[in-house]
Amino acid sequence: MNDALDVALRLLVVFVAFLALPLIVGQTEHKVMAHMQGRLGPMHAGGFHGWAQLVADGVKFAQKEDVVPAGADRRIFQLAPAVALLPYLLVLLAIPVGPGEGAVGQAVDAGVFFVLAVMGVGVLGSLMAGWASANKFSLLGGLRTAAQLLAYELPMLLAAASVAMAAGTVSLPGIVDAFQWWWLPWQIVGALVFFVAGLAELQRPPFDMPVADSEIIFGAYTEYTGLRFALFLLAEYAGIVVLCGLTTVLFLGGWHGPWGADGLGWVWTLLKTAVLAFVVIWLRVTYPRLREDQLQKFSWTLLVPLALAQIALTGVVKVVIQ
Amino acid sequence: MTPAATAVLLAAQAQTHTHVQVQAQAPAQGFLSPTGVEIAFLLVGVVTFGAAVVTVTTRQLVHAALWLVVALGGLAVEYLLLTAEFIAWVQVLIYVGSVVVLLLFGLMLTKAPIGRSPDADSGNRRAALAVAVASAAALVWVVVDAFRTTWIDLDGAVAGAEGARGSTQVTGEALFRNWVLPFEALSVLLLAALVGAIVLSRRTSPGSDRPTPASDRRPPSQEGAR
Repeated sequence: MNDALDVALRLLVVFVAFLALPLIVGQTEHKVMAHMQGRLGPMHAGGFHGWAQLVADGVKFAQKEDVVPAGADRRIFQLAPAVALLPYLLVLLAIPVGPGEGAVGQAVDAGVFFVLAVMGVGVLGSLMAGWASANKFSLLGGLRTAAQLLAYELPMLLAAASVAMAAGTVSLPGIVDAFQWWWLPWQIVGALVFFVAGLAELQRPPFDMPVADSEIIFGAYTEYTGLRFALFLLAEYAGIVVLCGLTTVLFLGGWHGPWGADGLGWVWTLLKTAVLAFVVIWLRVTYPRLREDQLQKFSWTLLVPLALAQIALTGVVKVVIQ
Repeated sequence: MTPAATAVLLAAQAQTHTHVQVQAQAPAQGFLSPTGVEIAFLLVGVVTFGAAVVTVTTRQLVHAALWLVVALGGLAVEYLLLTAEFIAWVQVLIYVGSVVVLLLFGLMLTKAPIGRSPDADSGNRRAALAVAVASAAALVWVVVDAFRTTWIDLDGAVAGAEGARGSTQVTGEALFRNWVLPFEALSVLLLAALVGAIVLSRRTSPGSDRPTPASDRRPPSQEGAR
């Protein structure tokens, strides 16, 4: 195939996935949360079980006035949503859904480091929003975001390093290629640490201290309205897709499944990602928010030691089996 | 590792290997027929330099931190253009993802104002400028002296490893075969810094007879959580 056409097609597919998957997760969240709380959720928009609710929400957001507070730092305030959203698009580009060259947007040599580095950049958007809003609640939200990122980036990186050690490569397709089923019990602690730390980095409940709507009124996003606010929400859901996809690729074997013919590996990847996304929503409904000091303690005294123990275990097993 | 240290390391490595490369280098390349990558390298370099200058000259504190993001990101792009992918992502991970976040955290804790900070100028400007110029001159001199007109083919495979000259595998092998001792020395240095930081943060204040428990020394932002 023509090179330019190939690149354009890959970018287009990733972009469509980037727009569609977060919306699917959002709509699933509406319905799953509702049923877990003994209610129906949106039922009217679009006719069948309210399937068009998010489209209606999008239209509503687009119609709202785009307000910038008088005391705000105008340019940074307006730039922040883009800084929060774009990194997830870049990360999605590097996540392989199936075996071979054709099933990844762009194979990156040091894929694990690429995705973790770029995901960390997304948090700068929240910090910029928190500071530029000229609002004390936003500032508190920004502070909590920064503290949380610093606490949870480390266990996430250590857990990912453990699986990279096991596979002997830092490329994402390479890691899935090397996957064996017994990696699951071997790396289970690392998987849990990675997933929990990722939830905290996305500021999803029970780690949503930085946005805690009942305390600091959505933190860094307090002053945002209309489309810019919608972009922040979209970033959160894109973050869920990226985190679940990464956990699938790193720890759950991506396209490997107990059965299934060749060529259907991408179904396994999407299935595992969807199950993890369901767990993310489930946690939101069932767990109360951690307090800020509990949140810091949880990371530094539990997740970091667990991740280090996992790395030690990985190293020992790796030496023994060689 | 700081970019400066990386440059010195690279230069030192180049000096030890230059005679090998001279034999293996590609046919002479002119400096007057630049390739696309070279043009991009120069342009990104100009942007990085500009962002760095704005970082130290702007009077808005948080803007300085954000321009620092641009400068550090530009440096990462330069590493990428030199095919050193691993170094580039680590640069983003450590500097943009952690160091700048820490800076912004500090600025927010001290309530950096929106708009100009008239007291942002330091009396040490001249001394700082002198130190900056001296260290820049030293770095440029070392790098220029080490490489001279050596032409390094970045895409060419290195013996015993696949991939370009800056790929993860090549970097890892160089680091853990030839440079293990400096690597370990650096880790001891970092450990010492870590212990020092803990000692400083738990220091007994004069007047109280026992160390202040860590739980009472939370930043103000976290008080509201209780």
